[in-house]
Amino acid sequence: MPLTKQEWLDLEAKANQLRHTTLDTTLCAGSGHIGGSLSAMDMLVCLYYKYMNIKVEDPNWIDRDRFILSKGHIGIGYAGLLIDKGWNDADQLKTFNLSGSKMGVHLDSNKVVGVDASTGSLGHGFSIAVGTALAARVRGKDYITYCMLGDGELDEGSNWEAAMSASQFKLDNLICFVDRNMLMMDGPTEDEMALEPLDKKFEAFGFNTLTIDGNNMKEICEAIDNGLACKGKPTMIIAKTVKGCGIKFMENQYKWHYGAIDQDLHDQAAADLDAMYKERVARVEKEA
Amino acid sequence: MAGGLVYTAVGSDAMATAEYYGQALCELAKEHPDIVALTADLGGSTKIGVFGKEFPDRFFNVGIAEQNMVGIAAGMAKAGLVPFISTMSVFATMRVADQLHADVCYQNANVKIIGTHAGTSFGQAGSTHHAIVDFGLLRTLPNMKLVCPADGMETVNAVRAAYETPGPFYIRINRGFDRLLYENTEYGFQLGKAHMLNDGTDLTIIACGSCVYQALQAAKALEVNDGLKIRVLNMHTLKPIDREAVEKAIVDTRRIITVEDHNIINGLGSAVADIIAESGKGCAFKRLGVQDQFAPIGLHEDIMSVLGIDANGIMAAVREVMHKDFEEDDAWDDEV
Repeated sequence: MPLTKQEWLDLEAKANQLRHTTLDTTLCAGSGHIGGSLSAMDMLVCLYYKYMNIKVEDPNWIDRDRFILSKGHIGIGYAGLLIDKGWNDADQLKTFNLSGSKMGVHLDSNKVVGVDASTGSLGHGFSIAVGTALAARVRGKDYITYCMLGDGELDEGSNWEAAMSASQFKLDNLICFVDRNMLMMDGPTEDEMALEPLDKKFEAFGFNTLTIDGNNMKEICEAIDNGLACKGKPTMIIAKTVKGCGIKFMENQYKWHYGAIDQDLHDQAAADLDAMYKERVARVEKEA
Repeated sequence: MAGGLVYTAVGSDAMATAEYYGQALCELAKEHPDIVALTADLGGSTKIGVFGKEFPDRFFNVGIAEQNMVGIAAGMAKAGLVPFISTMSVFATMRVADQLHADVCYQNANVKIIGTHAGTSFGQAGSTHHAIVDFGLLRTLPNMKLVCPADGMETVNAVRAAYETPGPFYIRINRGFDRLLYENTEYGFQLGKAHMLNDGTDLTIIACGSCVYQALQAAKALEVNDGLKIRVLNMHTLKPIDREAVEKAIVDTRRIITVEDHNIINGLGSAVADIIAESGKGCAFKRLGVQDQFAPIGLHEDIMSVLGIDANGIMAAVREVMHKDFEEDDAWDDEV
């Protein structure tokens, strides 16, 4: 499904809207995992607003495409999307993280509509995604399972168990992303526990492995198209991203994995997001 | 209770307990296409390999990767299947504690966990393969149901109950052969309800798993030798536990012994102790099991003897508790 100019513009607008929502929610909640929310946002938007076969009127439709957010700590970014779809009450963002709220740091699949799996304990989502993909085969369904992994999360050995099995079971109905923003809580991934050469690792594990700019809609869409067309093996999209994408003082700063903002920082960040949006629209006009 | 075959013990004494599990699941799977089975390189040992032969498209061997197995099962359950996963109890619980916590119980996923080689039943393998903390872990996980069948017949009933009961469900079965306690499956198994095998007023033995047979043997011998009337309760369901049966035992017999092939901490004994403590009623009480130690290496029957959870050990404990002196009266009001 090649990306048309209008689609591209629509995706950019949606990503900008949801980045602002993330920022606003972080202000309301006082703090949050904003850095990783912003790095992953473009992929979330491409999936939910272009690719995933879902029914807005029936979020629990049994044959829907699945999305497993293995890096479950970016609930503060994902929540806005699930509200934008109309599946949850918008007021919930105002009480995000507060006592009695249905929404906290890690979204609960039994409380938040549209969440396919409760995640948060890292290294779990990949296996769950293998399970939903295998279930499609057992049940004779053609839905696709998408899974979003954090890069720091890949230190957990269970991911590599899941990777082996996805390949062993030839799950070409499974498309995974690594949000490769290069940063984890305590610092750069390559200083703390090096992952490179990550593409070679997934290739060795039998994946159709693609490396892209994960903050570029066109590249994201091309990679998903590639994954959908690939037969006989699962796809791993290593998406090179910028942590805190769109907010200058947060970009590529590991301390913004999780952080607090006040009104001044919020306003400064909002202006940055608008500036990035303008640049992106100009780029679409030029490249599309 | 699901329909299907009535299993009988006749001619089946050569079947390991896990084989009853494998057969029962195959039988259920014929009726229910949503059942799938997974194992982690233990298709032979857990006897679930038979399922793979009969339903190759619904059987998944994930290799020696238990964490992945539990995660996959949770994903399958979220997508509408009913996965039964089988590996040794110690790995089906301890190894995957976080997956059981986050993927299965927190999400209330419809995953059935069959832990084989339970307790010290794989005695020769040593403590790495003894499962003596699984009750403790699973009792403390919200949403989990926990059944420890006493023999093959009860295992069949437990498998059927697991399918019929939505949500996480753990069945703990021994390696090898269990002495058959029940002649067939039609003895009135009810999830969460203890099954009384012998009634009495002097003392109640509450046991589970392989210890139930031993408890019944002890009760019979004590009746002949000591003239004692011992109530024997098969507490096959540890969670939700049959509170009513324990409270009745406190009132009726005022002396209780628990017997389990598990650490006495946080297992059946602790579960019963919770009920006794909350009842506010005095009761002589003793917990038999693994006394917070790593069990020795050996044959299961020898280990049970060393631990004092065989018939001889249970008889000695009954005599000790019968001699315990405590204030006994029929009026509870002054004690509450």
